[in-house]
Amino acid sequence: MASVTLTGLVKEYPNGVRGVDGVDLQIADGEFFALLGPSGCGKTTLLRTLAGLEAATEGRIDIGDRDVTGFEPGERDVAMVFQDYALFPHMTVTDNIAYPLRIQKVGRDERSARALETAQGLSLAALMERRPAQLSGGQQQRVALARAIACHPQVFLFDEPLSNLDARLRLEARTFLKQLQKSLGVTTVFVTHDQAEALAMADRMAVMDGGRIRQVGTPREVFQRPANTFVANFIGATPMNLLDAQVVGGALDFGGFTLPVPGEGGRASAWPVAEGDKVVYGVRPEYVQCLPAPAEGAARGEVTAVENLGVSVLVTAQAGEQSVRAVVPESDEPALGDTVHLAPSSERVLLYRADGDGELIGR
Amino acid sequence: MAPSTSPAADLAPAPGGAPAPAPGPVATTPRARRDGDVVGLGRARAVAFVAPALVLVGVFLVFPAAWTLYLGLLDYSLTGSGAQAPVFVGLGNYTSALSDPAFAKSLYLTLLFVGGSAVLGQNVLGFSLAWYFRAAQRPVRATLSVLVLLAWILPGSVVAFLWQALLDRRNGTLNALIGTTDMAWALDHPMAVIIVFNIWRGTAFSMLLYTAALSTVPRSHLEVARMAGATRWQQLRDVVLPTVKRHILTNTLLITLWTFNDFSPYLLTGGGPNRESEVLPVYIYKEAIIGGHLGYGSAISLLLLLANLVIAVVYVRLLRTREPEAA
Amino acid sequence: MSTVAGQRRSGTGSGTVSGSRSGTGSGPGRGLGAGALRLVAGRSVMYAVVCLLVVFFALPLLWLVLTPFSPTPSYKASLSGFTLANFEDLLANPQTWPSIRNSLVLSVGSSLLVIVLAALAAYALSRVRIPGRDQLLYALLLLSSIVTGTAAMVPIFLMLFQLGLIDRQFGVVLVLSGGLLPAAVFMLKDFVDSIPRSYEESARVFGASPSQILRHVVLPVIRPGMATVGVWALVQVWGNFLVPYVLLSDPSKQPAAVVMYTFYDAGGQPNFALISTFALVYSVPVVVLYLFVNRRYGFAFQGGIKG
Repeated sequence: MASVTLTGLVKEYPNGVRGVDGVDLQIADGEFFALLGPSGCGKTTLLRTLAGLEAATEGRIDIGDRDVTGFEPGERDVAMVFQDYALFPHMTVTDNIAYPLRIQKVGRDERSARALETAQGLSLAALMERRPAQLSGGQQQRVALARAIACHPQVFLFDEPLSNLDARLRLEARTFLKQLQKSLGVTTVFVTHDQAEALAMADRMAVMDGGRIRQVGTPREVFQRPANTFVANFIGATPMNLLDAQVVGGALDFGGFTLPVPGEGGRASAWPVAEGDKVVYGVRPEYVQCLPAPAEGAARGEVTAVENLGVSVLVTAQAGEQSVRAVVPESDEPALGDTVHLAPSSERVLLYRADGDGELIGR
Repeated sequence: MAPSTSPAADLAPAPGGAPAPAPGPVATTPRARRDGDVVGLGRARAVAFVAPALVLVGVFLVFPAAWTLYLGLLDYSLTGSGAQAPVFVGLGNYTSALSDPAFAKSLYLTLLFVGGSAVLGQNVLGFSLAWYFRAAQRPVRATLSVLVLLAWILPGSVVAFLWQALLDRRNGTLNALIGTTDMAWALDHPMAVIIVFNIWRGTAFSMLLYTAALSTVPRSHLEVARMAGATRWQQLRDVVLPTVKRHILTNTLLITLWTFNDFSPYLLTGGGPNRESEVLPVYIYKEAIIGGHLGYGSAISLLLLLANLVIAVVYVRLLRTREPEAA
Repeated sequence: MSTVAGQRRSGTGSGTVSGSRSGTGSGPGRGLGAGALRLVAGRSVMYAVVCLLVVFFALPLLWLVLTPFSPTPSYKASLSGFTLANFEDLLANPQTWPSIRNSLVLSVGSSLLVIVLAALAAYALSRVRIPGRDQLLYALLLLSSIVTGTAAMVPIFLMLFQLGLIDRQFGVVLVLSGGLLPAAVFMLKDFVDSIPRSYEESARVFGASPSQILRHVVLPVIRPGMATVGVWALVQVWGNFLVPYVLLSDPSKQPAAVVMYTFYDAGGQPNFALISTFALVYSVPVVVLYLFVNRRYGFAFQGGIKG
């Protein structure tokens, strides 16, 4: 078991593109850490640099108390599960699981025994003589896990290991993987593009974009207080409302309607914003009420779309120049064209800078 | 995939072998990633891996081709004064080839052979078979395609003998079948014989290629055309042909190339009678190896190589511009 | 094409509905009778054409199937009896086995050489970014198509003459391998490209050395591709006539493809008993191997020196 520390890590390709652009990160011993981001954000590159499959251009990688920056992948004491599992098609399940042990020059009998022992823990014992092509997707995934477990590494590296499973199996595998990681207690870095997966499984997570880390925190922190508009937009089953506004006369002018600055007494002074500042007003649709009658701190809008989400309904309304989404209980479903009054719950509102990287303002 | 909020180039590994798209602002990034030397071979060892194959190809393929260029400038013969001391004659071989009526005739016959047997014959018959097979009953399709394939895969020397037997003047199967007696097909209609022969021999390739091509025509496209009331012929013209256009071009170029260089007419007619079926490969063989005029033969070989080059360059260009297909 | 269209209609379903759809103005006024009639007519024409094609493609093959078993073999393809005597003649002929052996030497030799060299080159070209790699592949593809046995006949003959390799099977193996290699490298590189890099990466993360990765993972994984290319090379060489014909003049070294043309008696008449049986024996391996390749690989790139 070991912690992982990345310091000023850069991976630059010969053509000058930076896949990883200055990443500092500390992952604690035994932690389940998710790297989340849209495709092309550099999360897989970061994982591969950590594995040693890509050489770092700058910076330093420590695993435990060893600086492994220049090490070969095999010397880093990590095990990786690939997106396509990379099970060797010409080897049986036994031979696949025992392959790392074969490299470590463990005798044939012992490695078969250890492979079987590992496989039993993953309910694979009946499949030991099969080849990968004769296994289902879920079984292949477990064989890949078993192979990673069998070599007792310091760190697990998972590259989207659930993305090749169908939706139902993915949910089962998610629970299973998390339990497994907790019982083994091995530090795990998990790459995914699926925010629900990251939120559900990780102890802590990093959201990446353009080779940089945009936020690090627990799933709760990342979900409730996205550090910038990128994360705010990326995280959440329904995207957060991000409305352009300007501070005018101590309130927020949205062009067509105004709302008070959220917080204590609706005073702009509670936030480090000045008169005339342009801001982005962020509130999740789940925290917007949809009232039939005018109310204080509510914007008037006309319903332009109604989408059924099962137990709730996603309402899109046009308020002034802004399109605002709200999630309402199915019992309160408005009709298309209705006039509604949208009231954000002010303690859930976040303000972001409209310029730069869209950082969260204050507190 | 998550909402695409990032305009950044896609750095995720592209596991499939997506053909490199034309150079564009974004397109260059995934490539760099895909060229990972995973095993850690290194350039030196990689070059050592490639070298033996390259040496063999260089010595036995590139060098002869280049030598053809040089030989074509010599008055080089297997016998006589030209054998002892070849004289440099510059473009003499080329001018004499171009002014030789026998060469002009051979060229004309070659064009006739290629046009008749490959561009028209194999192409049209291959496509028709592939089209027919789409809806044909299984036993009919199996029988016909096995026969067509057999004609293609049997060794050339066996096939040549089969056709001699077929066309023989006295006992030939063809004469027996259609009741003609004493009809020497190979002598009376040599060009027709080698053209029909080559259609028989080579249609399989076009058939296979077009079968593969037709399977790429999306069923839904045909269904849309059918719902719009298009006849079979209109469906073929408006839906199928545009989809397989590129395959048609590829096929035509390849079979043209092969037919252009095909030596098997020699095994059927020997180029005769009276040079009536002497296509270029046979002409070269007779001039250079039998007649011993190596320099002259080389000059014509070079013309053949140049023609090949033109066809091949068009073909490779075509391959390279092929749009990436949906993964 | 109208005949094809007719057949296609009949293929889609039970006559009447599809028949009335046939586009050329079958309005409501026309009865089903006309459509059905057209259908029958179209179908008959179609079947006639198909039968004609079957005859066309089968006719030359008849001789190969019938004559070896005929008591009086000649150019005539007919079954006037059944005998295996011709095969006894073939077995008794002193040239039969040596020529088959020569064919084997040439084709197995070239095939092995091509497999080994092409696999090494294809793997390196697929996985390592060698400068000028794309241009090299481009050139190889061009070469494999343009430098044919026919076009390079003269210089190859001269070169082997100078090298003292005329009338040596080794020379023929080198020439044929050189001709087949570009296409072989191309096919194998395609195959290697299709293998996910994650296999090798996975082994590497587990600490395998380069030679271990090559032996444990790469070689077993590309073996099917190598087998396919090897069989392809084998078939190409087995059937090649021109190159051994030009380069080998000693009958004891010539392969079956060439020796077949020496089975003539003193009067210039072909020895039908020998030729027909020999042709059959000689063809069978090619057909079997083709089926093997086809099952393994399907229909793929076909190039290299033909003929």
